[in-house]
Amino acid sequence: MANPIRHRKEVEELARILDEKRLTEIEYEAGGLRIRVARSGVPVAPAATVEPGPGAAVTTGGSAKPTDAAPAETDQQPGITVRSPMVGTFYVAASPESPPFVAIGDRVRKGQVICIIEAMKLMNEIESEYDGVVTERLVENAQGVEFEQPLFRIADD
Amino acid sequence: MFDKVLVANRGEIALRVIAACRDLGVRTVAIYSTADRDSLHVAHADEAICIGEAKSSRSYLNVPAIISAADIADVDAIHPGYGFLAEDPNFAEICQECGIRFIGPSPEAIRLMGDKAQARKAAKDAGIPVLPGADEPLQTAAEARAWAAETGFPVILKASRGGGGRGMRIVRDAEDLETGFDQARSEAAAAFGSGEVYLEKFVDRPRHIEFQVLGDDLGNVISLGERECSIQRRHQKLLEEAPANGFSSEARERMGGILSKALGEIRYSNAGTVEFLMDEAGQLHFIELNARIQVEHPVTEAVSGVDLVRSQIRLAAGEPLSEVLPGPPEVSGHAIECRVNAEDPVTFRPSAGRIGRYAAPGGLGIRVDSAAYSGASVLPHYDSLVAKVTAHGANREEAIERMKRALSMYILDGIKTSIPLHQRILDEPAFVEGRYDTKFIEELGL
Repeated sequence: MANPIRHRKEVEELARILDEKRLTEIEYEAGGLRIRVARSGVPVAPAATVEPGPGAAVTTGGSAKPTDAAPAETDQQPGITVRSPMVGTFYVAASPESPPFVAIGDRVRKGQVICIIEAMKLMNEIESEYDGVVTERLVENAQGVEFEQPLFRIADD
Repeated sequence: MFDKVLVANRGEIALRVIAACRDLGVRTVAIYSTADRDSLHVAHADEAICIGEAKSSRSYLNVPAIISAADIADVDAIHPGYGFLAEDPNFAEICQECGIRFIGPSPEAIRLMGDKAQARKAAKDAGIPVLPGADEPLQTAAEARAWAAETGFPVILKASRGGGGRGMRIVRDAEDLETGFDQARSEAAAAFGSGEVYLEKFVDRPRHIEFQVLGDDLGNVISLGERECSIQRRHQKLLEEAPANGFSSEARERMGGILSKALGEIRYSNAGTVEFLMDEAGQLHFIELNARIQVEHPVTEAVSGVDLVRSQIRLAAGEPLSEVLPGPPEVSGHAIECRVNAEDPVTFRPSAGRIGRYAAPGGLGIRVDSAAYSGASVLPHYDSLVAKVTAHGANREEAIERMKRALSMYILDGIKTSIPLHQRILDEPAFVEGRYDTKFIEELGL
């Protein structure tokens, strides 16, 4: 998993092109690294996104991850968004009696189960792809979620 | 009637289903891939659920994701459109098991019609005329020889699991039969996972005539007349008409009666299209039954006045045919449909890209089914159909005039389309006179 900060130069360069060409999205892939820089939300003044940060969503990494514009607000805050890898029903715990896998403020490790998505009666354990602290849960328990819907925000360690 | 229907498709057919649901007061749920976020079916459905990545196998063919979406949206039924999962008997079966009504024929009927050799046998047993040929799949080249001797050359070897013009081999004389048989078997095995082939008499200059049928759950089946789809390039239809050129109302009624009886006996339900080859002598021979709504259904809707997709939904909801279609269907006037594809009109190469200016034609007698708009992307992931233009007139001449007018007023830039090809077809004397067969496009030098 690539660290966005380590590729700051590339990201900044892409953001510069994005701005200069007045594009809404650029995706760049080389040597197992994929960087996507996109404007989020509706019309952003061209000058607003010279730097990646507020107004520009950045995703990196080689896993089967989003390649499309993300729903706006959540990506404007610092940290990482954990998205649903499938359409299904979101559960915070293994059963109604069990405690939630994670609570706000919990420290999670990569590979740790953070929720369940039920699809066609199968309970799929969703693991965190990051180390960090859970800062926000974006869906209610037992709510239907679509592919790539943001589920949690995790702040960098 | 259903409360909520999930539309398991994209593009113009998804919009067509959404329109039919709206007319019926049924709520709709669109599913879409990440590449289709800005597509019109997502905009016009009451709810929309992203189910996966752009690649069809990850989204529109992703059965678990579609069933999960149906589950969280709590729908009563799924309309599959055409293509994708429309003729997958396993999908229809899964829907059934999950308590969701599949808007289409039964899984058994879809499975039967998916096996071309079995479908031919079923059709023959039910009294539908078929081409002379082997009634069973062929096991050996010797069997092929025996059957060919009986029907006479040329013959065609077809893959049982094939369809849509794929997996076929023509053999013109006895000495080529053994090689042809071996090649057909290995091609079929490679393309369809089954080396099973059957044999039929080959018609050199056929016309492609197909009948639209609708059936209910009680075994009532009705024919809504025929379409002529002989304007094809490499088995891909480009332009369709209803009624077929020079086809008498007696012939239409006779075949309608045969189909109604035969398909009623096998309890075929919902919409279907029975495809025939018409030989040089004007005789019809069954080729296959497509167990879905077809791309070219608007020409039948134009001349019959029947909303086929609405009828599909009502029949799937359990209404009897006598309520869905109270009067006997009649054919009024003439209709032509042009399939506007995003492709180079000369090389036929797909032309994906962003649509620039866009203004669809309208006016009396013109219908445009399309999910295109200015700024929309024609995606490389999916099929190249951009729009279907249907012209209806009191007679064929009027339909042709209206079609020419509509195509000349179609503003669509940014991508290449097949419109110039259609304009050329409409000006060809053989087309204008209504004298053509499936060799038409090839003989234009295309």
